[in-house]
Amino acid sequence: MATVTAAAPRVALPGFLHNRAARKLVLLAVAAAVLVPLAEARWAGGSWPHALTVDLSKPLADASDWVIDNRDSHPLFLYFFGYISNAVVLFVRVVYLGLLAAGWAGVTALGALVAWRVAGVRLALGTAAAFLACGVLGMWVPTMQTLALMVVAVLASAVVGVLLGLAAGLSDRLDRALRPVLDTMQVLPAFAYLLPVVLVFGIGVPAAVLATVVYAAPPMARLTALGLRGADPEVLEAVESLGATARQRLLTARIPLARKELLLGLNQTIMMALSMAVIASVIGAGGLGDRVYQALASVDVGAALAAGIPIVLLAVVLDRVTAAAGAGEDRSAPVQWAYAGAATVVVALASRLLGRLDWPASWTLNIAEPVNRAVDWMTAHLYSGVPYIGGTADWAGHFTTWILDPVRDGLQWLPWWSVLLLVATLAWLIGTWRTALTAVLAMAAIGVLGVWEPSLDTLSQVLAAVAVTLVLGFATGIAAARSDRFERVLRPVLDVFQTMPQFVYLIPVVALFGVGRAPAVAAAVVYALPAVVRITAQGLRQVDPAALESARSLGATGRQQLWQVQLPLARRSLLLAVNQGVVLVLAVVIIGGLVGGGALGYDVAFGLAQGDLATGLVAGAAIVGLGLVLDRVTQPTERRTTEGA
Amino acid sequence: MKKPNLSRRTALIASSAAALSLLTGCGAADMTKQASPFANAQGAKTVTLSVQSWVGAQSNAAVAQYLLEHKLGYRVDTVQVDEVPAWDALSQGRVDAILEDWGHPAQEKRYVDDKKTIARAGGLGVTGHIGWYVPTYLVKQHPDITDWRNLDKYASLFRTAESGGKGQLMDGSPSYVTNDKALVNNLKLNYQVVFAGSEAAQITQIKQFAKEEKPFLTYWYAPQWLFKKVPMTEVKLPPYKEGCDADAAKVACAYPHTPLQKYLNAGFSKDGGKAAAFLKKFRWTTEDQNEVSLMIADQKLTPAEAAKKWVDSHESTWKAWLS
Repeated sequence: MATVTAAAPRVALPGFLHNRAARKLVLLAVAAAVLVPLAEARWAGGSWPHALTVDLSKPLADASDWVIDNRDSHPLFLYFFGYISNAVVLFVRVVYLGLLAAGWAGVTALGALVAWRVAGVRLALGTAAAFLACGVLGMWVPTMQTLALMVVAVLASAVVGVLLGLAAGLSDRLDRALRPVLDTMQVLPAFAYLLPVVLVFGIGVPAAVLATVVYAAPPMARLTALGLRGADPEVLEAVESLGATARQRLLTARIPLARKELLLGLNQTIMMALSMAVIASVIGAGGLGDRVYQALASVDVGAALAAGIPIVLLAVVLDRVTAAAGAGEDRSAPVQWAYAGAATVVVALASRLLGRLDWPASWTLNIAEPVNRAVDWMTAHLYSGVPYIGGTADWAGHFTTWILDPVRDGLQWLPWWSVLLLVATLAWLIGTWRTALTAVLAMAAIGVLGVWEPSLDTLSQVLAAVAVTLVLGFATGIAAARSDRFERVLRPVLDVFQTMPQFVYLIPVVALFGVGRAPAVAAAVVYALPAVVRITAQGLRQVDPAALESARSLGATGRQQLWQVQLPLARRSLLLAVNQGVVLVLAVVIIGGLVGGGALGYDVAFGLAQGDLATGLVAGAAIVGLGLVLDRVTQPTERRTTEGA
Repeated sequence: MKKPNLSRRTALIASSAAALSLLTGCGAADMTKQASPFANAQGAKTVTLSVQSWVGAQSNAAVAQYLLEHKLGYRVDTVQVDEVPAWDALSQGRVDAILEDWGHPAQEKRYVDDKKTIARAGGLGVTGHIGWYVPTYLVKQHPDITDWRNLDKYASLFRTAESGGKGQLMDGSPSYVTNDKALVNNLKLNYQVVFAGSEAAQITQIKQFAKEEKPFLTYWYAPQWLFKKVPMTEVKLPPYKEGCDADAAKVACAYPHTPLQKYLNAGFSKDGGKAAAFLKKFRWTTEDQNEVSLMIADQKLTPAEAAKKWVDSHESTWKAWLS
């Protein structure tokens, strides 16, 4: 990786310039001193100059019309997209009918037996309980629809991811080409690219599956490449000296050695696919996500929760099972798998003979009503008029007036070139000149697209939400790192909040904070907090015990240990937590367009709702740009490839 | 090491493409005529209804679904789609029917008149109207607030953190027809349009305001069940005249009264048998729709339970649809 020295002038440097950060700053200052007066002379004013924008609405509207008019006649659609779409429908249908044919008992038995073979008895019981809970909540059929969609989407993502990962793992050139693409995909809010997929494939399952694959394949690709590249060179050499061909080396050494990374990749892919399953309900994915979305429409938090809980359960079960598969060795003999398979068939046949394929309607429990009562009570009592501290509505008002407004107005008041300069400085100080360049170009692209103002509005919401998230997250993370008991209590809570579809808590945040940017920020904080807490706690716990021990022996108090040993040593993790927090917050601030967040999120929602490619796609592109900027600005030089969340 | 792998990859892609075409059959694959993978499971005839996000549309769909399932023996899938994408889905046959459309002239021309993939299926019997509304308790305090000329006088009442120094006019879902930004501009009102972003958010906020009897001004529409919970009065805008909303940027008049329409996929309309005939005859009143909507949204009955209740007590109405 090229460093700054390459670009630095080759003259004797004054002493302070030996510091890398200072050198970067001086270079930037020089560049700014030359460029800013030029820019200011040509295009004065605060906002992005109009002369530098490109109006894409006409070509985009034409493109959209062309697609709609030719979707049923043009060869591109008939012979390419049509096949993809049909194949998706076919596979999903096969899986769905298979699940229905197995009946609820068969599916539960299959899930439990797989969990038993992979991860042991405890997880098997948990899996069975989770499936039964889905039935009890009256969500059996939607759960199966989501499961069918997930199976196909995860398989497709895994295949695509492994292929890309193999390419990047074996060829340096492809690695260089793919890495920025994968990095970008990782930070893309899912909401941003639903629109183009819908335009081509129409509302429905194919569009949902493809959007999910685009979202869920990158982690698989990254981790596959990482696993292949991380293989022990000595082992490879040994294999080579035995005269193995390239293919044999790949199949017998490199891939088996990368098993752990591959399974971790699968785990991440499943998690991302599941979270996408809900967002994709906006484009007709059906299943659980659709139930959540429909419940949202009638302001029915209880019903949304009833559909959200199966998603959480599926996520937790799948996460634990795949994680166990990654951690443990493959310990089961094929015979036992055969037993498990036979047991499933027996159960499925038995339930079929008994005529109990469908989940019995009388075995369901209605949780919607009590949940709604609780939510009503909470919002009624917290909304306003709480003595001394004021209600949540008052807080939201103050937060908007005293924090969101000044930050937004400040950002929009800044001259456009100074925003670019600020981005460049931050990105370069934390990362390399490459990351800085990407960030600046992405920010400039936002200006060129003509959405400078709304983007800065969104940015202000992101900044405010990140600040709140980090304060709360670091505090909780530190507490969790210092107390085992607290962490044990916290873990299931974090699990739930991390996997609970964001749509479920959009309504309660409105009930608490009113319509506007404040609820968007609140939802973002709720969503990003678990990841930040987790990475912080993990980072602090990984601090070398010897360092702590020596600090203690020197008589450092608990507070001194924390501030002077643990936190500095965990700096990498903390930076990663910031990075993750920023990316997650952005994703939800965009969805916050649905609760009055306005700005880019509203534009994307508007584009989706009105089929307006010009508004939606430009906003989507701006979100991508913003995501890149935020990621690069917070990205430490050597990024840790395994995301903690 | 690179080369063999790449060729392997190509081979893999080629073979998987071949497998794909084998699986799906050769020749053209028109994905615009393709049903949902969840449809027709276990040998039942399936009708897919589009449900828009507002509760009135849920009521139409719930009653239609109940009758189709229990009286005609169909299996019904519902999909929640926004209005404009729903037209697209209807034209492709992803859904079979839209039961409540508030007027989309551009889509109507494209799909019904030009491409002929969508067929008209008559009126729903309900007339829709969009307007600006204030809560009735506010009208009691300030009777002259229902004229748009007086709105500026009361702008300070409607101020919120989101609207800055101006009054707040709350708009709802991005999918709804709205001229409000242009209206505020052209009528030179001291108001800021704040988009709630979804109807759910808007309703939640209105309820919170109403609980404390706080003033608010909102974009709203009738028929809507919320009027029963939060009585609201319309603010009179300059009257609607045919064509006064032709240029979206220059609109300075009220919204029209729209008879809501039903649309079917053209193929379904022709070959849909009893289900299509039933959906064409489906026609009820604003009161009927509100009755079901209120059960769903306020008493939190599931749409199916609400539909059952209504069906049980209105036999003469729906008997006519089945004949």
